[in-house]
Amino acid sequence: MSTKNGFLNWVDERFPLTATWKQHLSEYYAPKNFNFWYFFGSLALLVLVNQIVTGIFLTMNYKPDANLAFASVAYIMRDVDWGWLIRYMHSTGASMFFIVVYLHMWRGLIYGSGRKPRELIWIFGMLIYVCLMAEAFMGYLLPWGQMSYWGAQVIISLFGALPYVGNTITTWIRGDFVVSDATLNRFFAFHVIAVPLILLCLVVAHLIALHEVGSNNPDGIEIKKHKDPKTGIPLDGIPFHPYYTLKDIVGVVVFLMVFSAIIFFAPTLHGFFLEQNNFLPANPMQTPPEIHPLWYFTPYYAILRAVPNKLMGVILMACAIVVMFFLPWLDRSPAKSIRYKGPIFKFALLVFLVSFFGLAYLGMQEPTPTVTDFSRIFGIGYFGFFLLMPVYSAVDKTKPVPDRVTGHGTSEGPAFVATESVEGVAR
Amino acid sequence: MKKLIALVLLVAPLAVHAEGVKLEKAPVNFENKASLQRGAKIFANYCLSCHSADAVRYNKLEGIGLTEDQIAQNLMFAASKVGSRMTVAINPADAAKWFGVAPPDLSLATRAYGANWIYTYLQSFYRDDSRPTGWNNTVFKNVAMPFPLWQQQGVQKLVVEDVKGANGKMEKVDHLVLATHGTMTRVQYQAMVGDLVNYLDWVSKPNKATREKTGIFVLLFLAVLLIPAYYLKKEYWKDIH
Repeated sequence: MSTKNGFLNWVDERFPLTATWKQHLSEYYAPKNFNFWYFFGSLALLVLVNQIVTGIFLTMNYKPDANLAFASVAYIMRDVDWGWLIRYMHSTGASMFFIVVYLHMWRGLIYGSGRKPRELIWIFGMLIYVCLMAEAFMGYLLPWGQMSYWGAQVIISLFGALPYVGNTITTWIRGDFVVSDATLNRFFAFHVIAVPLILLCLVVAHLIALHEVGSNNPDGIEIKKHKDPKTGIPLDGIPFHPYYTLKDIVGVVVFLMVFSAIIFFAPTLHGFFLEQNNFLPANPMQTPPEIHPLWYFTPYYAILRAVPNKLMGVILMACAIVVMFFLPWLDRSPAKSIRYKGPIFKFALLVFLVSFFGLAYLGMQEPTPTVTDFSRIFGIGYFGFFLLMPVYSAVDKTKPVPDRVTGHGTSEGPAFVATESVEGVAR
Repeated sequence: MKKLIALVLLVAPLAVHAEGVKLEKAPVNFENKASLQRGAKIFANYCLSCHSADAVRYNKLEGIGLTEDQIAQNLMFAASKVGSRMTVAINPADAAKWFGVAPPDLSLATRAYGANWIYTYLQSFYRDDSRPTGWNNTVFKNVAMPFPLWQQQGVQKLVVEDVKGANGKMEKVDHLVLATHGTMTRVQYQAMVGDLVNYLDWVSKPNKATREKTGIFVLLFLAVLLIPAYYLKKEYWKDIH
């Protein structure tokens, strides 16, 4: 016992091990009323680790060469011990990453998690999302199937819509005049080193910023406003470890059950996670009848196709992502959480949800006139949600925001303490 | 929240599905080892001279219940080692010159085309003298492949008829008619193609059995793990109000 403490002291005098543990886990006080939506932050971290570990093992057998890449994936699937499991964990993990991150972002949207003082957390999060898209896009080229090849061809050619510099930029990105071995090699470098490195740095920044200001909660109120006068600990806060570490383990096990069900019983998920066309090797001479990106990009792809002018389409698609960065400043409601927001916001959120799913669905369909018309309607819904937010969120009638968090979970009713200050907070 | 989800589900099926040729359901069953073995034999005899299965090693067929000796004696016409891959001697450039397109590798055939598609495709060849090979296909228009199983199936012809449709209008409907009988009856031929597709599907997903068996253990383990995880959380949280 004494030697153990002695060793810990020895380390602590040289590196703040105990202090770090306390600051980020055992003495990081999180609101006690986290609900279902708060599982997805830690799950995103879990999937990130899964992608890195399985990615390392895939790299051991994968060949980033236009002549060998497709066959090396087949080799991993058939001849490498447990190669099929590693590969399916990675391919399923990519889609699950987006599912988890979309749910995590949805949480931020409904509880106003990015609003003051958490704007930087939101921005770091958005940068993580953009990195994730780059990572997924470049990773999708590596199996060198038909969809890999033609998806990359289409997306890279979008840069060609830029005036004057378009052709130079597309050639510069590809390293060739078409998607080729040079493109595959550089995408491999970006996918396994450059982007993951940035991604990890951003995740650290996201967490440091979060632990600096403290977590938001489903009530959208600041637990730091009510501290125990003796200890200085927020009255509604509980140490992250052991309370949320143990709670998250339950979430992790349930998540792994869903994850495993897909990996072991439906690894292609009927073409949603691994497309049928990608089981054909890339053929630069044969354009597939239908080219569309994987499901997580289809909302933006639908916006792109809804605009007749290519350049405008590219700009609008970029704007669809850029506009999300400004969310913390677009919301002018006195309440952060949907629990205390008014009917207009709830309606707008419904419009957004329907538009997002609508666009995701339409982005997978062949571009018939009906599809284009609906894409435009949903596109207006998508942008309207963000651009009109400063207006509707300001005029919307909110409910009084409580002073203290309302219990944890559904077992307790709302506990309105100190009702006299409710209006003050709401204002 | 529930209302939101319900509304999304209502809006979702405004589908614009494209009408294709109706595909028949292939009798895929990996438990039926005899069918897989017959399929392997048909593949080696009729397909493997033009179509490779590069990702597959011959000895992988131990997975369908064959011994190395059986594989070497019955299926290996071109290869010398039982660990070698199912390659073909045909030069892809020559093949492209002869057929217009090089025959695709079939390691992932059912993954890429679908088992039902191949099953229907192999029953949909018909005589068409306007084609260089003399064969055409209703599932794959102007296909480059000549029909290698015509002796078994016989020769089909495409018949176009005017039929009164459901809405009362006359519609052109085409269907295939057996003009010359083959060595097999229709049922026998379907069974043969079924065995072949079963085998091709197995070749496309050789680890399916292991994968699903492992999956059951993993899910059972996680289900058991959920119990202590849940009660541990509950025990720690009982004092939080």
